[in-house]
Amino acid sequence: MPSFRNTYIMEENVNYFLTEEQEMIKELAAKIAKEKIEPVAAEYDENETFPWDIVKVMGQSDLYGVFIPEAYGGLGGGVLEMCIVTEELSKACGGIALAYAACGLGTIPIIQFGNEEQKQKYLTKIAAGEWLAAFGLTEADSGSDVSAIKMRADLDGNEYVLNGTKTWISNGGEAHVNVVFAVTDPSRGARGVSAFIVEKGTPGFTFGKKENKLGIRANSTRELIFQDCRIPKENLLGKDGQGFLIAMRTFDESRPGVAAQALGIATGAFEKATAYSRERFQRGQPISAFQGVQFMLADMATQIEAARALTYQAAKSIDSGMKQVSKISAMAKLFASDVAMKVTVDAVQIFGGYGYTKEYPVEKMMRDAKITQIYEGTNQIQREIIALNVIKESARGTK
Amino acid sequence: MKIVVCIKQVPDTTNVRINPETNTLIREGVESIINPFDMYALEEAIRLKEKHGGEVIVMSMGPPQVESSLKDAIALGADQAILLTDRAFAGADTLATSYTLAAGINALNDADLVIMGKQAIDGDTGQVGPGVAENLGVPHITDIRKIEEVTDNYMVCERLLEEGYVRLKVKFPAVITVVKEINEPRLPSLKGKMKAKSATILQWTTKDLDIDVDRLGLTGSPTQVVRIFTPPKPEGGKVYKGETRDMVSELLSDLQANGVAIKKSKGN
Repeated sequence: MPSFRNTYIMEENVNYFLTEEQEMIKELAAKIAKEKIEPVAAEYDENETFPWDIVKVMGQSDLYGVFIPEAYGGLGGGVLEMCIVTEELSKACGGIALAYAACGLGTIPIIQFGNEEQKQKYLTKIAAGEWLAAFGLTEADSGSDVSAIKMRADLDGNEYVLNGTKTWISNGGEAHVNVVFAVTDPSRGARGVSAFIVEKGTPGFTFGKKENKLGIRANSTRELIFQDCRIPKENLLGKDGQGFLIAMRTFDESRPGVAAQALGIATGAFEKATAYSRERFQRGQPISAFQGVQFMLADMATQIEAARALTYQAAKSIDSGMKQVSKISAMAKLFASDVAMKVTVDAVQIFGGYGYTKEYPVEKMMRDAKITQIYEGTNQIQREIIALNVIKESARGTK
Repeated sequence: MKIVVCIKQVPDTTNVRINPETNTLIREGVESIINPFDMYALEEAIRLKEKHGGEVIVMSMGPPQVESSLKDAIALGADQAILLTDRAFAGADTLATSYTLAAGINALNDADLVIMGKQAIDGDTGQVGPGVAENLGVPHITDIRKIEEVTDNYMVCERLLEEGYVRLKVKFPAVITVVKEINEPRLPSLKGKMKAKSATILQWTTKDLDIDVDRLGLTGSPTQVVRIFTPPKPEGGKVYKGETRDMVSELLSDLQANGVAIKKSKGN
């Protein structure tokens, strides 16, 4: 029996139907989480340390390659493998796990839309853990409204000239490979947006202020600033004007990753709260003997299990090659992140006064959970996507 | 450079107990791991290979279930694994173990360097490294904390002492044992684990070795474990307070009263 089962009682007595290879990935990610991440989680959060040392370990252990095709040095897995890793890492620290998950977000568009040269150049380095990736879509005035982006990319001979600023970019300033979105034809609205790969170090590409955040503090969230930044024409990702499509397809595949991050944070908090409830004595008995606490634990466990089922279902649907995955993907992200928020708040409650202090890890988990309801599309946007899809499906059915 | 790493499979001592009646370790339900000190040996061997080329062969003596630890070693980067396994090897003390491992290493013909951990966390003797060297007839250095220089013919190492260290040069072939200060062992890679899954672990028995069967296992072991026990915790204790002069005389009279200190002779 793999050793992680001893650590996370949540997954006792449940069959997730993982393959032998997926179990191996899970076990190794769990080992890294326990041995390398958990001991430094509080410190990296407090000091806002980007976890390069952990990134190195994850790279050497091939974790960055699990969802990259074998032809480019990866292990040829898919979204489920990426989710398994993200979940295990997030059980120890959702912030440190983001160095992995955000890299996935930046890599997916290259896997999906990159040409052979781009894949050879970037995916091999990402699979080896040598380069991190980042995804730059959001701007100060365009979050949920993707079509409102202002950054420009103008073709000048064999080069594109980039001008504009991206905000709140995870892995910002640390990632070598940056997939960014810019307007190539302002007259065409969302269809005038294109995607580009920009390498760190390109003249005219700098980084702005590092955000001082509530949670996920071990990740670097920064502005990407482009001032007359010239990149070769070959760095266009996909076709001119495909940017909006690339962004949406990427989110379809990356949102289960956010769900997995949320799931990991929730599981970590639940484990801590359950263990604590057995150790904390009040009125001569452990607080786990009180029904008030028992019902909280039961609800937390059930919600987590439901979130896991939905997350894995979304990942498996995507990996099966289904085309219309926006709905299930949005559902997983919406549900798991809401569960993470609720479970972590309850975990702090079970810890009582101790839970409110930085002596114990649950307050951090609560802070880390919040972002999963916000990024890669707020949960309000997820509900819009889900509603739009179910209404369309209904309309198709009644035609 | 051909490097042999000798590893021992041991119970994970974080939760090990002793059966008070048989004086043996209770192994049921206890996970088996590679002796942690041997992990440093394996890591150092892999680093030497990465830097200077060559191959890393892991070797262990034990029952067939040790294969899992040898596969773990392959997942970490060892090229080949050999298990010395035979009923005749069972019950070996450090003398018989050293003899058997040396026979295994001899069968490889041309090993340049043998590395192992300074001791195993279950037996804690630290004798097998030097024992293997004696059987092979090659020099050995124990408690290496750093390998400074490696050439085709010799290497320079730092041997940890209680205070400080000593630099030593040793000619190949040689046996060294390492301490935990030497490196930080890596975690396995997924590709390594997959390679390990399909790897074949060579199994060598007495038939595969040029070996004297009377020197093996229980027959070849002069050491017998009479009893294993947990020493009782010291109880009591007394804190002396006040002037040094008073404390010393009080301590002295207590020691004399308990028959520990010799009484003053009349002449003083």
